[in-house]
Amino acid sequence: MSLSTETQNQGAATTSFGGMQARSEAALNTARVAISNLDFFYGDNRALKEIKLDLPDRQVTGMIGPSGCGKSTLLRVLNRMYSLYPGQRATGEVMMDGENIIADSTDINSLRAKVGMVFQKPTPFPMTIYENIAFGIRLHEKLSKSEMGERIEWALTRAAIWNEVKDRLDRSALGLSGGQQQRLCIARTIAVRPEVILFDEPTSALDPISTLKIEELIDELKRDFTIAIVTHNMQQAARCADQVAFFYLGELIEVAPAAQLFTAPKHPKTQEYITGRFG
Amino acid sequence: MPTDHIVRSYDEDLRKLRDMIARMGGLVERQVADATRALVRRDSDLAGEVVQRDLQIDQLEREIEGFCVTLLALRQPMAADLRLIIACMKVSNDLERIGDYSANAAKRSIVLASLPGLGSMNGFERMAHLVQENLKAAMDALVHSDADAAERVWAADEPVDEIYNGIFREMLTHMMEDPRNITAATHLLFIAKNLERIGDHTTNIAERIHFAVRGETLPEDRPKGDTSAFAVVRAPGE
Repeated sequence: MSLSTETQNQGAATTSFGGMQARSEAALNTARVAISNLDFFYGDNRALKEIKLDLPDRQVTGMIGPSGCGKSTLLRVLNRMYSLYPGQRATGEVMMDGENIIADSTDINSLRAKVGMVFQKPTPFPMTIYENIAFGIRLHEKLSKSEMGERIEWALTRAAIWNEVKDRLDRSALGLSGGQQQRLCIARTIAVRPEVILFDEPTSALDPISTLKIEELIDELKRDFTIAIVTHNMQQAARCADQVAFFYLGELIEVAPAAQLFTAPKHPKTQEYITGRFG
Repeated sequence: MPTDHIVRSYDEDLRKLRDMIARMGGLVERQVADATRALVRRDSDLAGEVVQRDLQIDQLEREIEGFCVTLLALRQPMAADLRLIIACMKVSNDLERIGDYSANAAKRSIVLASLPGLGSMNGFERMAHLVQENLKAAMDALVHSDADAAERVWAADEPVDEIYNGIFREMLTHMMEDPRNITAATHLLFIAKNLERIGDHTTNIAERIHFAVRGETLPEDRPKGDTSAFAVVRAPGE
């Protein structure tokens, strides 16, 4: 929490630089997910070092940094993806709804319903569009046919793809374009009504127009969901994120409201990275 | 900034921008100096040159602005680079205004050269000297990315204002003494005002440089000393 108040103040201090601060002027919300003292290990390799970061409620946190800096690893911690792999472990605290989600006692299935994830490449199941959405819902809830129909329409509408697929719900999802597939995956993620959505480079395989549609969608989704997005595209972080975190060699170097971080970063390493002077 | 960009041509672009703004700064400094010299020496030829050269400054401003827009579009600058480019755009604007004030002063000095002299030019010389020093220091601060130097320039405008107040009163007194002085005194008053404005634009430049280097804006309340807006000179016996 102390972090978000700190960044709020920084946001207030930079308001005089034209209208660029529009997004940061709105102070950061209270934390939905509070990470502290987080370490992560791939075997003996310590990939995250004492991470302390809040994900503000119903806002977008962008994570940037060079390859291997730990940003994707952090995303994988947030929904316990790493638990699938022996030898990978996390220590510290990731508090969500009063529970440390990296504790052994956490029910991973219900956690993954609360924390959804969208990947770099669209990953539709080889099923109909309808079944792609229904599949996840059935894992967590028992809905009547009409309830299911309503939920699917709601999810596809929220993912801004309903109008494009409503007449072909019974056709294979593999026939959709890349951008449509990605929006379908987003619909699949929100269909189980998560609290947090993780995006791991969601547009790196998409054309610019599809990319903008996803970004618009993220902007729309943050009204209801807390969002974390890992991206290699700095302009994308600048466009989408309320708060941006810069990682380097497993450490969180700097976190600040987007406009602050991209106009006047405090840390020289951040400055070098975002201005393209790295190395 | 210690290290270079990964893309080398980006560094070259930024260097080019710095060169352009430094060239414009040098040209404008010369305009202020020559305009003052033309006034003090009653040299209409020199004043004419100043008026002519203003076109070059306007041209440079357009070039810098166009180049900045290109950089913004093509490089998507961030952080210190972004601040530098925005600062250069605004500084070129301030420099262009300073050029205009110098040219205007030069035009007036052509008229003044055809009229009888009016008192001593010491105040003008001192004021122009201070203004030029500040302008030069500001441009040096830009070239060396020196925020402390910029802050010193920003805080150093008060003496300029004080001399301006003195000239203001002096000119009003001349006008009261003899209405035939009114033409010359009015032109001189405008020239003094031009110099005072040049001082203000110089502090703007200093603010931009400070922001470009540090990423922080200077406080709103700069030390100011222009009280001429409240000045009243009473006629003898009034």
